[in-house]
Amino acid sequence: MAEILEARNISKNYGGVRALKDVTFTAYRGQVNVLVGENGAGKSTLMKILSGSEQPTSGEILLDGEPAQLDSPRAAQARGIGIIHQELSLFPNLSIAENLFAGRELRRGGLFVDAGGQRRRAREVLKRLGQERLDPDTLVGDLPIGQQQLIEIGRVLLEDVRVLIMDEPTSALSNHEVDVLFEVMGDLRRDDVTVIYISHKLDEFRRIGDWVTVFRDGRLVAHESMSKTDTGWIVGQMVGRDPDSLYVRNSSPVGDVLLEVRGLTVPGTVKVDDVSLRVRAGEVVGIYGLMGAGRTELMETLMGMRRPIAGNVVVKGATEPKGTVQARMAAGLALVPEDRQRDGLVQTMSVRDNILLATIARMTRGGLLAGEAEQRTAKDKVGELAIKIPGLGALVTSLSGGNQQKVVLARALLTEPVVLLLDEPTRGIDVGAKSQIAGLMAELAAQGFGVLFISSELAEVMAMADRVLVMARGRITAEFTAENVTEEALVTASAADSVLEATT
Amino acid sequence: MTNTDVAAPASTAAAPRPEEPRSTALKRAALLLVRGRTLVVLVILVIIFSSISSEYLTQSNLILMTKHVAINAILAIGVTFVILTGGIDLSVGSIAGLASMVAGGLLFNGLNFPGGTVFFSVAMVLLIGIVAGALVGAVNGLLITRLKVAPFIATLGMLYVARGAAQLHSDGGTYPDLAGTEARGNTGFGFIGADSVLGIPVAVWIMVVVAAAAIVVTTKTPFGKRIYAVGGNERAAVLSGIRVNRVKIAVYVISGACAALAGLLLTSELGAAYPDTATTYELNAIAAAVLGGTALAGGRGTIIGTVMGAFVIGFLSDGLVLVGVSTFWQSVVKGAVIIVAVITEQAQQRLQSDLTRRTA
Repeated sequence: MAEILEARNISKNYGGVRALKDVTFTAYRGQVNVLVGENGAGKSTLMKILSGSEQPTSGEILLDGEPAQLDSPRAAQARGIGIIHQELSLFPNLSIAENLFAGRELRRGGLFVDAGGQRRRAREVLKRLGQERLDPDTLVGDLPIGQQQLIEIGRVLLEDVRVLIMDEPTSALSNHEVDVLFEVMGDLRRDDVTVIYISHKLDEFRRIGDWVTVFRDGRLVAHESMSKTDTGWIVGQMVGRDPDSLYVRNSSPVGDVLLEVRGLTVPGTVKVDDVSLRVRAGEVVGIYGLMGAGRTELMETLMGMRRPIAGNVVVKGATEPKGTVQARMAAGLALVPEDRQRDGLVQTMSVRDNILLATIARMTRGGLLAGEAEQRTAKDKVGELAIKIPGLGALVTSLSGGNQQKVVLARALLTEPVVLLLDEPTRGIDVGAKSQIAGLMAELAAQGFGVLFISSELAEVMAMADRVLVMARGRITAEFTAENVTEEALVTASAADSVLEATT
Repeated sequence: MTNTDVAAPASTAAAPRPEEPRSTALKRAALLLVRGRTLVVLVILVIIFSSISSEYLTQSNLILMTKHVAINAILAIGVTFVILTGGIDLSVGSIAGLASMVAGGLLFNGLNFPGGTVFFSVAMVLLIGIVAGALVGAVNGLLITRLKVAPFIATLGMLYVARGAAQLHSDGGTYPDLAGTEARGNTGFGFIGADSVLGIPVAVWIMVVVAAAAIVVTTKTPFGKRIYAVGGNERAAVLSGIRVNRVKIAVYVISGACAALAGLLLTSELGAAYPDTATTYELNAIAAAVLGGTALAGGRGTIIGTVMGAFVIGFLSDGLVLVGVSTFWQSVVKGAVIIVAVITEQAQQRLQSDLTRRTA
């Protein structure tokens, strides 16, 4: 078993956060090396280092046993290391052929683009990707997202890659496209190309992987030949021993139904399909699922940001028919969105203005803002949620991720909701802040709120939720109570195609 | 220059801070200077021009220049509301022209009914002119929110439509005499543009009132906070229950009303209404807002900054005329000042984020 790429004693610090802690990782030549771990475990950071876009704080990288200096993506490419990112980096306004050759166009006479040659080579690549029916002149923006992903892979195939890193390439692919991708990976393996494959989908990577490496909290915790492992072992390694030490379990008595959703259906590329659920007072309900399962879309529909074509939303026993953000807010719902920067914060405003944004109309006397009331209200919330700030007038962007999240939470709480909708409330914040947010959620449930939250982390959803709903392809595929939930059941249900498959 | 004061908060100042490096202290000083740059530039302009020409700093010249500033400042204040939400209004010059013709027509010809002609009092005429501007603004707002036309395109289209409407109003002609007659009860239109109260032109008083009202609205009302929120992050504003479309329509209405008021002042000053009134004034208005630190991306800027920007542009133009610089060079200098202003704005953002990172 020849190793081709070795990362030795790699550490990486971002400010005070240690993203990687003394990691030694080996990728074997001509094999598919799978990397697994939860969000923030350090997989993507290591891949950025191996592909030259980040530099390690300490440690060294060996290529074919020789120390290698990979100080830019270009340098890594020159050594035959290619990467396919989770986010697409294609030009939707250009054709397939133009995309494949973007930045390294074939030339004719040294000056002109050899469009014919590019088209010919593009056809070969498309054939290799099982897409021979695609015209190389098709605009990439007109392709469905799965085919776009394949074009991205095609770009790397055109280069002379020896090591190909793929960061969750299947999250947007249909089953058929996944099959095609795995065939391509098989071909690459036969051509002695080394594949490093990051994935969350246990059922998928077990099909294709030769080696599996598990990351947790910035450390490499296990490295094993795939044939010697099973799903339970991998999940156990991912989650670690004792998630309960980090999260606070809600143990409040459960009261009346506060939120009832019946048959909610929203069309779209990521759809919500006939979803029904209930949240009671004092209850913490988790929604687990993979990216693109429709969880965020469900939350946004509940909050009135998307229009359903069918279904009702009932809050405190009363149907809310209007479905605008204002109406849903008045009915008692409040959403803390997944992407704080995009949907939560107004970056140009102060901490105080961000906290008061949704309820600013209540802070007036005679039509004008009462600065005193603003100051007092914002200060109270800052104290209540223990938000660490340099001052109420400081720009909200000067806070850490966890404290920014609390600012958005404070704003939501000021609208006096009865049910809090939290979309990945602990995403992108450090472990200490995670545990604080979890504590707040349990505390809010104890105060009689209903809490509905989305999580992609098994340990988190299992440790915090009284009930876990699993979503896949827009549907709720399974429901578990805290007593009967297991990691394997969650993973199985989240990969399910239909309700029937999940209940078996 | 933002409404969010980022000055070192008390709690950090009290916290034990490691020895502040000199570069940080320098940066603080630089930031202070850059933030107050519009004022600094204005002072420098006054010093330079008054040293060249003894007439520059005389009371009569200052009053005259301020009167010129007033009209652009009122246009620019309206445009600032729009730019704060992340939009743009290119139609303000044309709206000013249209309001001018609407008022001119009412004063000169009256309103013709089948039964006869009705003349309105000057106060009514002014009100009708401003409402006309507000309505055109409302159309802009509806195009942008309901029909999702990009603000640049919607208001560029309106620039032509409103100018054309102004020309159609008189078939391209001028309403030459707006003095009115006692018999018709419509005298006194000259008051707002040509008269003075306490030695200061009425137009300047009106600018002061409009600026004061705009400052109160932007800084002291929920609506003002919503304007900044919509410009700072529209998605977050939607999720916070802000009716973003209403806010947007409202700012175009405000911009249209301000433009109409500016047009009426110009018309009153001239004593005649002609359809090309205020042509290309939209560019001066946008320039004043940008000079005053309003970010075209939205969410950042102040009314007071815009007024200062209008003063810089006005005092610069009149100063260049006074010292005898050719109109060609005037144009070059004005353009260069605007570009430098935007460059320093970016320097301010960099310094600011640099310093907040340190204090965080």
